[in-house]
Amino acid sequence: MKVLTALRNADAVRHVAREIAEVKLDRTVRLMEVCGGHTAAIYRFALRDLLPEWVELVSGPGCPVCVTANDFVDRSVALARQPNVTIATFGDLIRVPGSSRSLAEVRAEGGDVRVFYSSADALDWAIQHPERIVVFLGIGFETTACTLAATLKSAVQDNARNFRLLSSLKTMPPALSALFSAPDVKVDGLILPGHVTTVIGTACYEFIPSEFNIPCVVSGFEPLDLMETILKLCQQLAEARASVENQYRRVVHAEGNPQAQVLMDEMFEPADVPWRGFGVIPGSGLAIRREFADWDAERIPVEVEPTREHAGCRCGEVLRGALHPTECPLFGKSCTPDTPRGACMVSAEGACAAVYHFSPVEHG
Amino acid sequence: MADRVVTLNHGAGGETMRRFITKLFVEKFANPALNTLADAALIEIEKSRLAFTTDSYIVKPIEFPGGDIGKLAVCGTVNDLAVMGARPLHLSVGFIIEEGFDLSMLERIVHSMSEATRAANVEIVTGDTKVVPRGECDGLFINTSGVGACPLGKGLSSAPIGEGDAILVSGTIGEHGMAILTAREGLKFQTRIESDCAALGGLIESVLNECDGVKWMRDATRGGLAAVLSELVESQPFGALIEEQAVPVRDDVRTVCELLGFDPMHLANEGKVVMVVRGDQRQRALEVLHANDLGRQAVLIGRITGDGKGIVRVRTEVGGIRRLQRPAGELLPRIC
Ligand code: SF4
Repeated sequence: MKVLTALRNADAVRHVAREIAEVKLDRTVRLMEVCGGHTAAIYRFALRDLLPEWVELVSGPGCPVCVTANDFVDRSVALARQPNVTIATFGDLIRVPGSSRSLAEVRAEGGDVRVFYSSADALDWAIQHPERIVVFLGIGFETTACTLAATLKSAVQDNARNFRLLSSLKTMPPALSALFSAPDVKVDGLILPGHVTTVIGTACYEFIPSEFNIPCVVSGFEPLDLMETILKLCQQLAEARASVENQYRRVVHAEGNPQAQVLMDEMFEPADVPWRGFGVIPGSGLAIRREFADWDAERIPVEVEPTREHAGCRCGEVLRGALHPTECPLFGKSCTPDTPRGACMVSAEGACAAVYHFSPVEHG
Repeated sequence: MADRVVTLNHGAGGETMRRFITKLFVEKFANPALNTLADAALIEIEKSRLAFTTDSYIVKPIEFPGGDIGKLAVCGTVNDLAVMGARPLHLSVGFIIEEGFDLSMLERIVHSMSEATRAANVEIVTGDTKVVPRGECDGLFINTSGVGACPLGKGLSSAPIGEGDAILVSGTIGEHGMAILTAREGLKFQTRIESDCAALGGLIESVLNECDGVKWMRDATRGGLAAVLSELVESQPFGALIEEQAVPVRDDVRTVCELLGFDPMHLANEGKVVMVVRGDQRQRALEVLHANDLGRQAVLIGRITGDGKGIVRVRTEVGGIRRLQRPAGELLPRIC
């Protein structure tokens, strides 16, 4: 906890805040935090209060629960209603409303939906319950993908035939490329995800400064990390530079984690997958390789209801940073963390949930 | 979420549960004692004032580090009476036991209940036992009700809560929630986190005896400090400002919270009381709390404010201001 205490030291944070204020930029700059973990930390520590007015922070598409499209939830719901299937999942996903219901509702109706802290725990559970087909819901980015690759590999090695993975795993760089190609996205600088970069390394972001002229800094998750990152971005902007810098050097190495990359390659292959708010992004998903098809839950035949979006939900624009959560007409009215209409209000890393929970003014 | 069936959210201590209770039960059963939704009802019976409360206990695992369902049932009911300014006296207990339940475990639980009643200076004076067929309840459920006497002339101050009042908590928060979570999920960490499960009758009585100006108390159970503080300010002409740095959290609890993405202020406690005390009495109240083992780590965590009406704000460790809300439904770990 010593490191944490140092990275939350109020004096140190205030010192960096002063340095930011002194950067000579006579315009408003919009910095986007891509990662949901950053969104949560920014609100959790109320970092905006420490920044000068001309720094605007917007949230991007980096909350894995939020970018999961409705049809994935619908397929999970259909599977959960099969009598012999156990759905194994990480926490937040069970409350995301699908086209007609959430996994939490299916559970209340008798479906077997269980929350696990890791995919390895779910595999252990599957091995102990051979009479059930255990479907693990694989959502997340590279960080989660490499642990899921390891679990899938052990399932194959142990010949655990009742364990299946339903993959909606995603990779970050293609999404960023799609993001900056969208006409309604206006961003001056990018706060890049720390954990994801631990796996994939920094080189794969080089196209962002070179093609889009946008400064990038890989950031840690503590207040001091984020403030230093914002300072670095402002400095790049002031000097009219754009490059990829690494603030999170205590954890992230330029080349990433080659072993994890090999493992992911071994188990998964690129696929075109839908993102909430973006539609299908070519090559942005990780599907289970054909040779492991026996472990692919996609192949379990179920009837999935036709997917529909919730009327009025503006999650898509929120995820592109084009709309502030409070600008959504449903925000705080029919959409609250207890009655979510969209995924962004569910996840602890979702922008709507963060604003709802942490904004120090009354809303709704 | 559609309201066709009851979900776990309806019992999780958050906003859904609050609405569920007020919309269903309070509307149907409405009466002045119930409508306040306090931890115990204050009722007059032939000129004496009694506090009366009931609660059902369901916990998995049934035995956990620092306690078991029996100790929890006694302490929980005692605490609900004590925070209303009453001296807990008599309890009733109802057991609903699933066929096949291990008898030696039941003996251990009954033993720990008897120890808890002795420590809390209360008696179990009536009870009931039902055994249900296998599969019809999950092991063992316990319901306890309790009555306590409200001493005349003492107890909670009737002065209204207002700007400048101090908010105190009697010790470190989150241990019970974290003990249950780590025991249930089999999460292995270096230290074993024990529940803070304890009866607070004596501690609370000493504070009420030795300082006037204690205006409000709650034990911070499900929903944690966040739920209690939200209840304190809800629809009131005042707000609360909490200094995050002052909120006491044990290092091991904090570490697991960081890992799983939980706010310690959302975790349940079973041996901590939150008090609102007139500003000039806060030092005295702390001294009295510190003199008791259960209040050794009591601290001032914030104050009542005239602005930010109806909401709880937190000054974060680094100096920003954010809002503190009740947790939404079950606590679920984040994904990465
Ligand atoms: S407030 Fe609700 S409906 Fe609106 S964008 Fe956010 S999650 Fe979607």
